[in-house]
Amino acid sequence: MQLALSPEDQAFRAEMREFFTTKVPEEIRTKVLEGRELTKEEIASSMKLLDDHDLAVPHWPEEWGGRGWTELQKHLYHEEMQAAGCPVPLAFNASMIGPVIAHFGSQEMKERFLPKTKSCEIWWSQGFSEPDAGSDLASLRTSAVRDGDDWIVNGQKTWTTLGQHGDWIFTLVRTDPEVKKQAGISMLLIDMRSPGLTVRPIELIDGGHEVNEVWFEDVRVPGENLVGEPGQGWTMAKFLLGNERVGVAPVGATKAALARAKKLAPERLTEPLVAARVAELENELLALELTALRVVAHSADGEPHPASSVLKLKGTELQQAVSELLVDLAGPGSLASGAGALEGDGGEGLPDWTSRVAPTYLNFRKASIYGGSNEVQRQIISRTILGL
Amino acid sequence: MDFSYDDEQDALRDAVRGLLGKAYSDFEQRRQTTKADPGFSEEVWSQMAEMGLLGLPFAEEDGGVGAGPVEVAIVCQEIGRVIAPEPFLHAVVLAGGLVQACGTPEQRQEVLGALASGERLLALAHDEPGSRWAPTASAVTATQDGDSWTLSGTKEPVVQGARADQLVVSAKLPDGGTGLFLVVGETCERTGYPTYDGGRAARVRFDATPATPLGEPGRDLAGSIALIQDLGRIMAANTAIGAMEVALRTTCGYLTSRKQFGVTLNTFQALTFRAADMYVSLELATSVVQWATMVLSSGDPARVHDAAARAGLQASRAARHVGQEAIQLHGGIGMTAEYSVGSYTAVLTALDHLLGDGDHHLVTLADAVAEHDAIDPLAVG
Repeated sequence: MQLALSPEDQAFRAEMREFFTTKVPEEIRTKVLEGRELTKEEIASSMKLLDDHDLAVPHWPEEWGGRGWTELQKHLYHEEMQAAGCPVPLAFNASMIGPVIAHFGSQEMKERFLPKTKSCEIWWSQGFSEPDAGSDLASLRTSAVRDGDDWIVNGQKTWTTLGQHGDWIFTLVRTDPEVKKQAGISMLLIDMRSPGLTVRPIELIDGGHEVNEVWFEDVRVPGENLVGEPGQGWTMAKFLLGNERVGVAPVGATKAALARAKKLAPERLTEPLVAARVAELENELLALELTALRVVAHSADGEPHPASSVLKLKGTELQQAVSELLVDLAGPGSLASGAGALEGDGGEGLPDWTSRVAPTYLNFRKASIYGGSNEVQRQIISRTILGL
Repeated sequence: MDFSYDDEQDALRDAVRGLLGKAYSDFEQRRQTTKADPGFSEEVWSQMAEMGLLGLPFAEEDGGVGAGPVEVAIVCQEIGRVIAPEPFLHAVVLAGGLVQACGTPEQRQEVLGALASGERLLALAHDEPGSRWAPTASAVTATQDGDSWTLSGTKEPVVQGARADQLVVSAKLPDGGTGLFLVVGETCERTGYPTYDGGRAARVRFDATPATPLGEPGRDLAGSIALIQDLGRIMAANTAIGAMEVALRTTCGYLTSRKQFGVTLNTFQALTFRAADMYVSLELATSVVQWATMVLSSGDPARVHDAAARAGLQASRAARHVGQEAIQLHGGIGMTAEYSVGSYTAVLTALDHLLGDGDHHLVTLADAVAEHDAIDPLAVG
C-alpha cells in the first residue's frame, strides 16, 4: 500500500493540470466553474481543442485516437479537467456511441464516423428512453422495419439531451417484435435531418431547454447505418451504460463547486452548523474520490468494477447536496433567478452567483434519475455484489 | 498510489485470520470467552504473542517486530472480523504505543519486551470522569518528592484495568502539562466490571500511589498522547471495517435464507435496497480508513491528525448505519445474545466511542474548514 503517485503519474498529473489551466480559454472555464450554461459552439470548440491535442478520447482504442493510458491516468485526466473547469468532451460522442462503434461497428462505419465523432464535427444525440420505456428500457417500442436495404423507423424517443443541437442520433429500435424483448433490439445511426424526424423541446423545472422529444414518422435509414448485427442492440446498450456509469461520478466538478461555495460565502463558515455541513460534505467527497481511485485500480480491460454503482449513486447524491448547500448559502437571494440578465449590479444588487443557484439545484435533481436511476444502481449492488 | 497488500502483508493477514478464525470459528466460543473474566482468552493472547503480533509495531531492539501501520491495520481488521475480545488495540496500539513513543531506552526494552512476549498485560489509564477524548489529564495529579513520584485521583473507564499487570497512567504535572507514568497494577485500588461489548473495564483509584515517570520526569507529553490517540482512531476504524464487513455479510446470508410469507427475505426490495445502502456506507468508509492508514506512514502529525478525524468521522457514520440496519434486517433474532449480529453492533458502538465519535471528529474538521480550498488526498508526497 502506498499513497503517493509514482513519479511518472505525478508528471502526468502536472502535465494535465498545465494543459487544462493554460490552454483552455479562461472565459469558458469560468463559465463552467460558475455553473453557467455553455453554447453549442463553446462545447464543440472545447472538444475540438482537446482533440487537436489528442485529449478528447484517451479511453478509446489507440487505433482510433485513444492513448493507451492506465485506468489511474484516465482518472487523473478526468479529475484535472473538471477541477480546471474545462468542459468535459460531449458524453454522447466520447463515452457513448464512439466506444460502441469502435467495438461493434464495421471498418467502414468506424472510418466514416469515428474521426468526426472525436472532433465533435458530428454532434451526437442519444435515442434510448421512450415515454413507456424508462428504467425498463428493454420494453422500448420504436420500430424499424426492412424495406429493401433500408429501414423504416416509426416511434418516439424522449429525454434527448441537447437534441436541438444534434446532427445524428444513435437510436435503439425494435427490429424483431417476435423474440424475447431484449433480443429484438438493434442500434441504428440516424441522420437528424432525415425527412419525418422532428425534435420538440421539453421545458424543465429550471426554466431551461435541455431535453427534447424526438419523433420518427416513416424515417428512411440506409441499411449500412445499422451498428453490428440486428438483435445486438441490447448488448450495445449495456456496454454503453456500463461506460456511462463510471463517467457520471463527477468528483472533480463537485469538489470544485464546494470549494467555490466556501469562497462565495466565507462569512457563513463562522456558523457552526454551516461549517459542520461543509466539513461533512468534504469528507464524503473525499471518501468518494478515494473509492473511485480504488475502483480504477481494480478495473481490468475497461470492464466496470461492480462498485462503480457506488460511484454513480453517491456521486450524484453529493452533486445534489452541494447544489442544495448553495441555495441555502444564497438564502433569500436565491429567489432572484431572473436577475442574472440585469446589466451590471453597480455594487448595489445581489451578487451575480445567487441568480443561478436555485435553477442549478432544480436541474441537478436529474442526476439521480439518469445514467441508470439510483434505484437501478441499488438493484445492481444488491444483486451483483451482495448476491441478494 | 496503490491500495493493495504485498505478499508479506497477505501472508500476515492469512496467518492472523487462521489464528483468530480458529479460536472464534463459532460465535458461541466468543460468547463463552467473554462471559468469564478476564473477558478474553489468555490462550489466544499467548498465541498472538508467539506469532509476534503483540510486538508488531515496536522496534526490534525493544523486542518488537518493527512493522508499519499497514501491518497493524491488518491485525485490527482481522480482530474486527471475529470481534475477538483480546485487548490488542488497548494494550499494544495505545499503551504500548505510548511506551514506545515516550519511554527511555531501558523502559522500552523492559516494558515492551514483556508485553510482546505475553508475560505482562498493559492497560492505558487515561480517560477520566467528565473528560471527552482530550489528550490531557486533570483528575489524576502527580506529586514529586525528590526522585520519587506518586499519583492521586481516579481514572475510569480503564479497559482491562483490573486484569492489567502494569498501567500507563496520564496525570497532571505539578508545573502544568500532562505526564505519563508506569504503575504496578496491584498497587492501586481497582474495581473491575463487564462492559456491553463483552470486554472488561475498571475504576482505578490512586492514593499517593508510587509511580515511575515514563521518559524524562516532569515533561509535558500531551503531544505524544494526541499522536497516539490519532493512531488509535485509525486502528479503531480499521477494526470497525472488519466488523462491518462481517455484519453485512451475515445480514445478506440471513436475507437469502430466512423465509417469511413462503419466500426468502431477499424477495423484498425494501430489504435488499437497505442492504445495498449498507454496502455503500462500508465501501466509502473503507476507502477513507485505508487512505488514513497510508497517511500514518508519512509521520507528519498535522496530516495524521486530519486523516484520523476523517477516518473517524466516516467510520462512525458507517458503523452506526451498518450496525443498526444489521439488527433491523434480521428482526428479533438480531436482538439476542446468542446470535452474532447484535454483538457486532455492540462492539462497533464501543469502538465509535473509544477515541472520539463522529460528532467529535466533525468539530475538529469544521474548525479547519475555511483553511483550505478542496482536499487533495494524493498530496502526501
